[in-house]
Amino acid sequence: MTDDKQPVKKMSIIVSRGSLDGIYPALIMANGARMEGIEASLFFTFFGLNALANKTLDSLKVSTVGNSALNMAMPMLGLPMTMPFPTWMGAIPGVSAFATHLMNKEMEKLDIPPVREFLELISDSGGKIFACKLAMDMFKLKKEDLMDRVDGVLTVGDFYNESAGAGTHILFT
Amino acid sequence: MKKNIAGTEIDVNEEGYLTDMSQWNEQIAAAIAVEEGIGALGDGHMKVVRYLREQQAKGAALTIRSMGKSGVVTTKELYDLFPGGPLKKSSKIAGIPKPVGCI
Repeated sequence: MTDDKQPVKKMSIIVSRGSLDGIYPALIMANGARMEGIEASLFFTFFGLNALANKTLDSLKVSTVGNSALNMAMPMLGLPMTMPFPTWMGAIPGVSAFATHLMNKEMEKLDIPPVREFLELISDSGGKIFACKLAMDMFKLKKEDLMDRVDGVLTVGDFYNESAGAGTHILFT
Repeated sequence: MKKNIAGTEIDVNEEGYLTDMSQWNEQIAAAIAVEEGIGALGDGHMKVVRYLREQQAKGAALTIRSMGKSGVVTTKELYDLFPGGPLKKSSKIAGIPKPVGCI
């Protein structure tokens, strides 16, 4: 280890996915940064906006179709990790909802809050929450359609300006 | 390892967290707070510190979420009281182990 280790001062995290399993890692990383005294900004783009839109954010699902990393152990079915989750099974109505229910239950046990509460927690802790302007235009969303803790709607250029400074790390999820 | 805090020899780990919470007293808390850059401890700080010690004694796992819901302090207040690491610094000052969770 060297003595000139530069500390991480700020995490700018881009969230581009809209499934429950696509969004949580970014929220956990942002909250974890704030807990360590590191600044945090979240920039939601493309399907990541699902996490901010009032209509979708309370009912995000685990993706059980086309999710090749999903295995029978992950939604806590108690089966081995080596057993893949068959795509045909994921397509059956209700399976995604059931997998989501199981995952939410496990997360609650670990004191991981639901998405809305998590965003409020990050906002209360001084983290910033931004929506991508281009994606907003594309999905015909207005600021009023988003949850109340959104700090602003930014262009990509605004986002880079917002991330400026030595010690900032930009992370794409 | 041993460390002299507020004139007393205290058992701490390599990060400076007390390894025996019973060795703690308010003078030690005040000394750690100064070392951590928190400064003088007010009523707000002490409410959090006492709550942390109670929870630790009960064996409860502490998270930033549970603190915000405790009714003792809001998330915002906790960050204002212990800038630069709300749960880590308050735990150190409270003489309890470093929180191990990610939340």
